[in-house]
Amino acid sequence: MIRLDGIERVFQVGEEAVHALHQVDLTVAAGEYVAIMGPSGSGKSTLLNILGLLDRPDRGSYFLAGAKVSDLGEEQQAQVRRHQIGFVFQFFHLVPRLSAAENIELPLTLAGVDPAERTRRVDTALTAFGLADRARHRPDQLSGGQRQRVAIARAVIMHPKLILADEPTGNLDRAAGTEVIEILEGLNREGLTLIMVTHDPELGDRAHRRIRMVDGSIEADSG
Amino acid sequence: MQLRDTLRFSVHAVASYRARTLLMLLAMAIGVASVVLLVSLGESARHYVANQFSSLGTNLLIVLPGRSETTGGPPPLLGATPRDLTLDDALALTRLSSVRRMSPIVVGSAPVSRHQLEREVLVVGATAELAAMRHLKLIQGRFLPAGDPTRGMSICVIGVKLKTELFGGDQVLGQWLRIGDRRFRVNGVLAPTGMSLGDDIDETVIIPVANAQALFNTASLFRILVEATADDTIATAKERISATITQRHDGEDDITVISQDAILATFDKIFRTLTLAVGGIAAISLVVAGIMIMNVMLVAVSNRRAEVGLMKALGAPRRHILRIFLTESALLSLAGALLGLIAAAAGLRVLAAFLPQFPIVIADWSAPLALGVAVTTGLIFGILPARAASRLPAAEALARR
Ligand SMILES: Nc1ncnc2c1ncn2[C@@H]1O[C@H](COP(=O)(O)OP(=O)(O)O)[C@@H](O)[C@H]1O
Ligand SMILES: [Mg+2]
Repeated sequence: MIRLDGIERVFQVGEEAVHALHQVDLTVAAGEYVAIMGPSGSGKSTLLNILGLLDRPDRGSYFLAGAKVSDLGEEQQAQVRRHQIGFVFQFFHLVPRLSAAENIELPLTLAGVDPAERTRRVDTALTAFGLADRARHRPDQLSGGQRQRVAIARAVIMHPKLILADEPTGNLDRAAGTEVIEILEGLNREGLTLIMVTHDPELGDRAHRRIRMVDGSIEADSG
Repeated sequence: MQLRDTLRFSVHAVASYRARTLLMLLAMAIGVASVVLLVSLGESARHYVANQFSSLGTNLLIVLPGRSETTGGPPPLLGATPRDLTLDDALALTRLSSVRRMSPIVVGSAPVSRHQLEREVLVVGATAELAAMRHLKLIQGRFLPAGDPTRGMSICVIGVKLKTELFGGDQVLGQWLRIGDRRFRVNGVLAPTGMSLGDDIDETVIIPVANAQALFNTASLFRILVEATADDTIATAKERISATITQRHDGEDDITVISQDAILATFDKIFRTLTLAVGGIAAISLVVAGIMIMNVMLVAVSNRRAEVGLMKALGAPRRHILRIFLTESALLSLAGALLGLIAAAAGLRVLAAFLPQFPIVIADWSAPLALGVAVTTGLIFGILPARAASRLPAAEALARR
């Protein structure tokens, strides 16, 4: 499903060039559950951003579902993100002024889906993620675990094939974190490809495949 | 994204940031209100002058002795002394088919007295036609009777203020007045008109033109007032008058014919220019409002970096982000402009209450213009912040650093 060939990503910080990714090659099959681990600053987030088309590599190619997405224009990349990729972030990134339901609805709204269809799908998602009684609540009225559940519901509302999660439990207590991981693993069991950045070894052990990054390179790959 | 959703999203965003929204609304409202207020005041002044003119009579032409190159200007001071206009010149004009009526005019200042009371007043020599041409109304008696203008009659018509000053509450009709060294019998009292472009008719005495010529010992006329038969014969009348007088003056084209419409048009032009200038100055405040919108939107964009990054992650292309932020600027400008319009309308209403004699009109084009300018300003000054938002790198916008 995913193939990265010779990915390079260099950030220019003042005079200095920071090599965030160096010669990264990676293949991920559909339906895999991959944990990306490694010390802070090793390039995990940068790799995930490139996989999510939120960032462009300086060199190398990226194939997603058979298409060379690294060559696509801005508009087409947005289209790929919209339909094929769901994001879950450490800091949730919910829109503070919108209710839980409206946050989940946002990808549908941006995609121009009709209101009736939107409501139907949002209602289904709210029930599926145990948020039915929180639909009208704003993010600041929700617990961390509930916020992340809203974010996950939002990530899958467009029925993507790939979920990218950057430290999804980094801001949650253990109980809420476990709950979130179980939801993500449930999605993976339903066939979604799950790639998750974490530096919690216990969470990493639950994944079917572990990739260890050091200094912008893949140092170890259990797959 | 559907338009309805973009609007709803923007309204929601705008409503969530009260302080900045109020600031922008205020700036835009002040800009729009000042444009509409000043433009409307200019328009009101223009209408006021136009009304004053039309109260002086319609389709009027003024024949002046002396040649003037530019209509409306004073007769030349140097050059050949122009031949005077005479009563016969005036009478010759009545034969023109494009002329409905005319009144020769002689003007001078003379002491007017009754018993021990004396006033120095403006004495106008005219004919019966003047009343109809200048829409003069009487509160007592009659105007000068129609008749041969070359034959005088020792009667006069006086302004209402002069009547009060000389007669108080006494019987006035049929009473005698002394004007200069002659006696005139009062035939009528003019209705009060107040100031009408300089001539205070209320303090004037009108006597037959022949008597005025005798009184001021002159054979010439101050001017001839002519009324054309219709709106579209003014030009013809003007030509024919010139031709007639030229012929009578041995081929010398030594008069000036001004149409009142031309004077009005000049005033109109002046007031329009003035209105535009004042409106333009006020429009500067719209630009200030625009710059404010730009600043506030730039701050909004940097406050909402993460939101922009998120929208990109959710699949919004740059142009969607651009559209969302432009919609916000436009909505804010539009709402501010509407507030400004309401404020301006209220302000004009208050002014109208304080100045009942000055008819306040809201220039009907000022509202759509102000709204249009406001929204355009919002869009123009919204482009920079919206572009900044649309170009935010998604990964960086989402990162907490
Ligand atoms: N936008 C950026 N500008 C400059 N340097 C960056 C940027 N993003 C990441 N980096 C640098 O790249 C390296 C890898 O960062 P990152 O992928 O965030 O690491 P991780 O997620 O593994 O902690 C770090 O040295 C970081 O400072
Ligand atoms: Mg990271």
